[in-house]
Amino acid sequence: MSLKKISKEQPSDFEFSKKNLEEARKIIKNYPEGKQQSAVMPLLYLAQKQNDNWIPLVAMKYIAKFLKMPYIKVYEVATFYSMFNLSPVGKYFLQICTTTPCMIRGAYDIVNVCKEKISDKEKQLSKDKICSWMEVECLGACINAPMMQINDDYYEDLDRDKTEKIINQIQNGKKPIPGSYRGRKNSEPENNRKTLLNLKNA
Amino acid sequence: MLKDEDRIFTNLYNDLGPDISSAQKRGDWQNTNEIIKKGKEWIINEIKSSELRGRGGAGFPTGLKWSFAPKEVGSRPHYLIINADESEPGTCKDRDILRFEPHKLIEGCLLAAYAVNANKCYIYIRGEYFNEGNKLQEAINEAYEKKLIGVNACDSGWDFDIFIHYGAGAYICGEETALLESLEGKKGQPRLKPPFPALIGLYGCPTIINNVETIAVVPTILKRGAKWFADIGKPKNTGTKIYCISGNVNNPCNVEEEMGISLKELIEKHAGGVVGGWENLQAVIPGGSSMPLLPKKICETINMDFDSLVEQKSGLGTAGIVVINNDQDIIKCMARIARFYKHESCGQCTPCREGSGWMWRMLERMAKGEASKDEVDMLMDVTKQIEGHTICAFGEGSAWPVQGLLRHFKKEVAKRNNFNPLVNTNKKIPYLVDQHLLEK
Repeated sequence: MSLKKISKEQPSDFEFSKKNLEEARKIIKNYPEGKQQSAVMPLLYLAQKQNDNWIPLVAMKYIAKFLKMPYIKVYEVATFYSMFNLSPVGKYFLQICTTTPCMIRGAYDIVNVCKEKISDKEKQLSKDKICSWMEVECLGACINAPMMQINDDYYEDLDRDKTEKIINQIQNGKKPIPGSYRGRKNSEPENNRKTLLNLKNA
Repeated sequence: MLKDEDRIFTNLYNDLGPDISSAQKRGDWQNTNEIIKKGKEWIINEIKSSELRGRGGAGFPTGLKWSFAPKEVGSRPHYLIINADESEPGTCKDRDILRFEPHKLIEGCLLAAYAVNANKCYIYIRGEYFNEGNKLQEAINEAYEKKLIGVNACDSGWDFDIFIHYGAGAYICGEETALLESLEGKKGQPRLKPPFPALIGLYGCPTIINNVETIAVVPTILKRGAKWFADIGKPKNTGTKIYCISGNVNNPCNVEEEMGISLKELIEKHAGGVVGGWENLQAVIPGGSSMPLLPKKICETINMDFDSLVEQKSGLGTAGIVVINNDQDIIKCMARIARFYKHESCGQCTPCREGSGWMWRMLERMAKGEASKDEVDMLMDVTKQIEGHTICAFGEGSAWPVQGLLRHFKKEVAKRNNFNPLVNTNKKIPYLVDQHLLEK
């Protein structure tokens, strides 16, 4: 089980923007009538996106009212799932996969770069407050190991130097290009493909 | 090696494009209407005789699972749920289906939903696959536009809707009943079975839950015939499978191959061999991190199918192959996997919640050589206390990799941790003290 720290500094109010309100109403329609509680996770995502990548307690209260469910049930969900950030993580949130398949291909080199360039400890904002990093469990891109996720995008086939470049770009206010950093477009064996060759050459 | 014309996922490497017109060119959405007209019985029987087994890890016969759904819709609607919460370390096959072959999945959803009397389908995608989910949504929109799904899908008279639901980073939601809880807007904690979801599932309604790959192969089986599928591989372990080969290999890759292919061929031929050569191989995790590892000696001859791996006290699982060579510390590798399980335990059952952390802490010390002699057997005992004492299979999933380590590498563990507990030599130290914290 993972423990979550809830931010001590909390905003005093929250409500969905007009666009998100529409979106939220649309999401609720995906579920049968009376089962609007199912929409709690998508709505928490909306709140997280709207509020600079983290969910304050007032947003949970707001969503609870919105879905006519007890606040504690929303709180329970928000604290259970690891992708809901309950304290500020910065504009760029780097999540480095360090589970065994990534670990044996050098994931801790990437962690070390983050320690040097962002902050000593994980889940701590950098000095300029624009990014933070954390170790996460398997992100499901083991063939492109080692890899990390920045906000919604995957950055794959990394090493020490490539990670340094990515973090430099972030610190200069530029969004690095997602995808493989060895030029892979898919998960075929590089330079060693033995299957479906007529399609490759077509 | 499997012939190219027998491959189901011809766009596994995205040579052709995932959009609907390219997908239709390679055979998706062809004759869907005719298949539906053959009836529910025919579809279920065809899947039964193809001997397709679920691709999500447990290997349960798919046709049999479908036949558990009530034959007539009663007062409660039926649901079909696709499990795309792919989180097993070493596995990334569903990701490629979602982004490169979405139409195979959507067509499979329609056929499966028709067979089990469901008009609604939810696809539960892990939250991290945000971009893959967007790709799938695009494909769903295309299918709606062409009237392949929606009201009167494919002109068959069957109404069918698909919705995507994102998870939020909980491995346990890959367990089917935890997934249902999550979909209902609760914490993802597994339910007791029985009742099984086929009778009482989502919102208390009959629900069939299948893995992405299982559903994505269904249209091709129904089009090419059960016999074609059953002739690939071997009896009870039929068809093709996407293998994910990661870790210390020269060319990590996904590749579709027949069931029962030899592990050595997969590694040597497709993945470009072990880093440092075959002789440098230490162990292989054959089916995602939950499956016990195999030492080099077994890897020489093992075939990759459900039954052959069970004989070696391991399992095919999701077919996520993690290759570990001699440059790695095997105890450390397993300690990291134990940490994964400690992090992902949902906390509902005590043996798993406490035991997973216990195993992780012991293994971390064992990697450093700080555990005493008798702790090696104690670790085995802890795994036995977890296994079989939990609501869901997560208990086994966390205990088996540790058991695998102790089964095949016990000598190595014992060699590194070879001292008597201090309590034996210094009688003043109370027994109930963490021995490793004392000064030596």
